[in-house]
Amino acid sequence: MDVLYFAWVRERIGLPKERVETTAVTVAELIEELMARDERYAAAFGDLSALRVALDQELAEFDAPLSGVREVAFFPPMTGG
Amino acid sequence: MRVRVQQAPFDFGEEANGFARDAGAAGAVVTFTGVVREADAGAMTVMEIEHYPGMTEKALQKIATEAVARWELTDALVIHRYGRLQPGDQIMMVATAAQHRVAAFEAAEYLMDYLKSRAPFWKKEILADGAADWVAAKEADEDALTRW
Repeated sequence: MDVLYFAWVRERIGLPKERVETTAVTVAELIEELMARDERYAAAFGDLSALRVALDQELAEFDAPLSGVREVAFFPPMTGG
Repeated sequence: MRVRVQQAPFDFGEEANGFARDAGAAGAVVTFTGVVREADAGAMTVMEIEHYPGMTEKALQKIATEAVARWELTDALVIHRYGRLQPGDQIMMVATAAQHRVAAFEAAEYLMDYLKSRAPFWKKEILADGAADWVAAKEADEDALTRW
């Protein structure tokens, strides 16, 4: 699946987008996998209360299943308007 | 109903007039435009707005569709910019048309409340000395959604 990062999440990880092969069942499991990679990911995902996730461009919860999902995006709370 | 996400500036007067003209005999048209604020210390030189292409348009469409249905609007318009903006630049506008003003005002407020916290935009302030800070979401903005 494609994993996208926005705003300071993108800056901390150092990438806007990457292709991830995973067997994670939920968003939370995917986050655990990513955090285990290195400290950039660990820093970006350190405080989940400061993060939001979208699955195929719809806001979702961290316990949401990843089955059938093609695009996951992580970002801070939105500041439009 | 129209939703536009663009880098280019828009002409607020032209958009408002066009919207009012197309709204025909709606009775009430309300417009709101958001402008990049001068920082308190006057130190901010650039506001950079990032967004999530694809999801942004979908989210705005969903919010506008909700507003049209709930307040029986005859029309609605949302324009939101991204990219590098300066203090005084117009960031976004909404326009609503309804038979009566209460519906048009309420729907415009609803659109504003939702696009602050549910449309994937992120603002970064770049100061004159080069320091940059992502604008933090305000709890009050999230709380504002509970009134709807």
